[in-house]
Amino acid sequence: MYQSDTICAIATSLNSSGIGIIRISGEDAISFADSIFRGKNKLADCETHTIQYGHIYDNEELVDEVLVLIMRGPRSYTTEDVIEIHCHGGILVLKKVLSLLVSVGCRIAEPGEFTKRAFLNGRIDLSEAESIMDLISSNSELAMKNSVKQLSGSLRDIIVDLRDKILYETAYIESALDDPEHYDLTGYPDDLKNKVDSMISRIDDLINSFNSGHILKEGINTLILGKPNAGKSSLLNTLSRRERAIVTDIPGTTRDTLEEQITINGVSLNIIDTAGIRETDDIVEKIGVDKALDSIDDADLILFVIDSSRPLDGDDEFIISKIIDKKVIILLNKSDLLSVITEEDICNKYNKPVISFSSVSLDGLKTLESTITDMFFSGQVKSDETLYITNSRQASCLVNAKNSLSNVLMSIDNMMPEDFFSIDLMDAYNFLGEITGETIEDDLANKIFSEFCMGK
Amino acid sequence: MSHVEESYDIVVVGAGHAGCEAALAAARMGLNTICFTVSMDSVALMPCNPNIGGSSKGHLVRELDALGGQMGINIDHTFIQSKMLNSSKGPAVHSLRAQADKAAYSLRMRKTMQETENLTLRQAEVTELIIENNKVCGVKTLSGATYHCKAIVICTGTYLRARCLYGDVIEHTGPNGLKAANYLTQSLLDNNVEMNRFKTGTPARIDGNSIDYSKMEPQYGDDPVIPFSFSTNREDVQIEQVPCYLTYTNEKTHEIIRANLDRSPMYSGVIEGTGPRYCPSIEDKVVRFSDKNRHQLFVEPEGLNTNEMYIGGMSSSMPEDVQYEMYRTVPGLENAKIVRNAYAIEYDCINSTQLKASLEFKEIDGLFAAGQFNGSSGYEEAAAQGLVAGINAALKLLCKEPMILDRSNSYIGVLIDDLVTKETKEPYRMMTSRAEYRLLLRQDNADIRLSKIGYEVGLLSKERYDHVVEKERLIEEEVARIKEINIGARKEVQELLESYGSIPLSNGIKLVDLIRRPELDYDKLAPIDPERPELSDEVREEVNIYIKYEGYLTRQAKQVAQFKKLESKVIPQNINYEDVSSLRLEARQKLTKLRPANIGQASRISGVSPADISVLLVYLETYKG
Repeated sequence: MYQSDTICAIATSLNSSGIGIIRISGEDAISFADSIFRGKNKLADCETHTIQYGHIYDNEELVDEVLVLIMRGPRSYTTEDVIEIHCHGGILVLKKVLSLLVSVGCRIAEPGEFTKRAFLNGRIDLSEAESIMDLISSNSELAMKNSVKQLSGSLRDIIVDLRDKILYETAYIESALDDPEHYDLTGYPDDLKNKVDSMISRIDDLINSFNSGHILKEGINTLILGKPNAGKSSLLNTLSRRERAIVTDIPGTTRDTLEEQITINGVSLNIIDTAGIRETDDIVEKIGVDKALDSIDDADLILFVIDSSRPLDGDDEFIISKIIDKKVIILLNKSDLLSVITEEDICNKYNKPVISFSSVSLDGLKTLESTITDMFFSGQVKSDETLYITNSRQASCLVNAKNSLSNVLMSIDNMMPEDFFSIDLMDAYNFLGEITGETIEDDLANKIFSEFCMGK
Repeated sequence: MSHVEESYDIVVVGAGHAGCEAALAAARMGLNTICFTVSMDSVALMPCNPNIGGSSKGHLVRELDALGGQMGINIDHTFIQSKMLNSSKGPAVHSLRAQADKAAYSLRMRKTMQETENLTLRQAEVTELIIENNKVCGVKTLSGATYHCKAIVICTGTYLRARCLYGDVIEHTGPNGLKAANYLTQSLLDNNVEMNRFKTGTPARIDGNSIDYSKMEPQYGDDPVIPFSFSTNREDVQIEQVPCYLTYTNEKTHEIIRANLDRSPMYSGVIEGTGPRYCPSIEDKVVRFSDKNRHQLFVEPEGLNTNEMYIGGMSSSMPEDVQYEMYRTVPGLENAKIVRNAYAIEYDCINSTQLKASLEFKEIDGLFAAGQFNGSSGYEEAAAQGLVAGINAALKLLCKEPMILDRSNSYIGVLIDDLVTKETKEPYRMMTSRAEYRLLLRQDNADIRLSKIGYEVGLLSKERYDHVVEKERLIEEEVARIKEINIGARKEVQELLESYGSIPLSNGIKLVDLIRRPELDYDKLAPIDPERPELSDEVREEVNIYIKYEGYLTRQAKQVAQFKKLESKVIPQNINYEDVSSLRLEARQKLTKLRPANIGQASRISGVSPADISVLLVYLETYKG
């Protein structure tokens, strides 16, 4: 935000580069890096503008072999102490390193924050101010839109409920402090301990879900399109290797969209199966078809499935007309059956990569997977990076909220006075609020007045 | 026809808790000051609860005292019972509260005012502000007299267009039947001041002779008593104290209230003002907290020279007959005789976001405001603002920078920042939870936090300031000494630990780690620390708190450092937010309306997002007036 604490972010594109760079800036940059880095020397003892070789560790677990670049302020981009960690291990490793940094006290940078700091510290020409302001406001709006988009209803409900519970406990403590003759805290710490325990385990569940990517859809948005019964759901099942979509021989079975997150050779895909596209009078089916067509805009990659046992028809032509400007892989499905369409026909016609494929014999699966990863590493397809930034920020807020609640438990165990609990409770409350995008209001005072009866 | 014309430096309108502090501060700083009151018999009147202090309000009084205000000294001389609240909790929420002899409190304050050089106390109703070109020139009174001045501090409390209500009775008076001030509002409106209307209330006073105290639990004061003022000798406040009494409402009380709700002006819609949720009438409590089958009541003496008892917890605007009925359901009040009825009071006040943190109006040069007029509630909140407004009015005439207290150095700073930054929809009351750095803003260290400021503005004596400087030195020395001490597992150590139920040592340990154990403290470990110098209670208390809670204190100190960075980024007052196109529309509107003094204040305005603040920071870099 606008504080001068220490921030970190992945500085390179998440998509295609072999080396990924994490940048840290702020007064604790070097000490934070030191706490996860092991090399010949402590970074704190190294000269500025040097490169150190070493390894990143998560406690005793080796995470990656890295080069670390040290730039002490003011001779850096932001004029603060800056560290760059050059990792080799791909996106998963970058994420891991980033989360390690968060766990030692770094904050994930806001959109445009490195640039903002560089500007505020006089590194960038004043004439750039306008564009920097636009960058900040448009990025933060995008991030907000994303976070709302990504927060599924249930996750939001859990966070809202957790916050409400935290606020209630804080309001209870504060009422007792403001009006000690009305509210008594005898025995309360034990009670609170149980409540905080259960809050922490709920947050743990959320953190796990974040880590396994089941809540937030990050990765390359990959849309499966095709006519009814072209084999779209079979393709999804084959790729995700489990029965998720209901596969039948009845055309039009998938009437809504289905999503699945998979990883192919380290590349994450968010695969969306759609209803088969055809002209239809069935109202329910039509809704599915429209939804499928709407998803095309947001897709990073489209897998267009054609039933090779049937000749192309108007529906196929209609689909291809909708996706002609997108990144597309055409799959000639049912290669195990007698084909009436050949790869050459299609390739000549549409100038898109074509793969013969069978979800029964798994023919072509390897080719499909390598085509997708090639497209990714060559930079032809990209995922929406702001999505990832939003995700990691939300995950770090969960971790911070959990730490604050753990502090409450520690204060209880150390028999600290009750007023210390509410300090950490409110921190947890605010961290969770950052996830749902709440702004700071007089929630606590309102809660105290509405829930607790006080006064003369 | 000729009218009286006089000239003063500063005019203070009102002699309540805000007005008295404002007038005393201004006069003591050498400015020729006149203070108007509607009645010479109501100076520093306590028209509601008969006590000073309480949770977080006690902090305000301590801070005010450290700056050179009067309230702490005045209550130390006129209290009849005193208690340190929350003494079993952390040091940050310890708070002093003293029952006052109301009449003595008022008389002593009047005497102090009258004995102060440069200060004139005058009974008259101010009816008009004379303002030319948005600059203060003087005031007019009801008699037509003109008082020329360079600064005005408005402290009209609950008197502006006041009306008191109970049942269908409406009296157009201020509290206690005192004259309302019915003209000044129009003069304020004429000068484009935005007004609000708030409401509050007070319970009945009961004849003590009609109360059966045997049915109530007596509540006694502390022994020893700790004074409010840092300048009061502890021996001087060890007086004989009088008890308060605790009793409860019951279902019968609540039934009567429910059955008569339609006769309460609150519920029949007669009352227009917004009342405070934290100080609900008994009607409100019964309606809003219907699951509670009883509410606590505190029966508190109004003074030594009256037998009136204040029924804390049972303020009401019910008709007189219902009041009799409901009070008499309470154990001990079966035969209660009402001396003064409970009532609700409505009054005009301002939207306080029109003020700067100095409590001067942004748009009117030389016009200051303090107390309930600003939408706050409580004697202590009023006094604290009065002191700040008085000091700043004086500093302005002395051509000095205003004294701005902030959220990191005082509750007074929190109070004022909230008032001038957030639009208050109900009377504002101080609470410890409003202070985000409350571990640092303790009542015990108010002198260390603020004496320097009080001394520099010229209110606090050199003697008192030097005393604080010496105290600080002693604390620092002792903390440094203690940190170096290691304790071995000697027999006398083990015995001492055992006597406090503390786990014996297996190895040597730092003395500070022993002090941090919950069952131990600095004083308890004196026997195993033979080198310890003789130190006063106050110094030992600070050393203990510092060592025991060092981790938390350091954490908050870091947050304060961040806070200060934002507070120090000043926003030029002639900035045009419409030029900053990257700001969201809502932020642009809010900033234009509130015109915050710095980035920190801007960030606390509701509707201004962190991204807006970033945009603003970037814009300010390019902005050179």
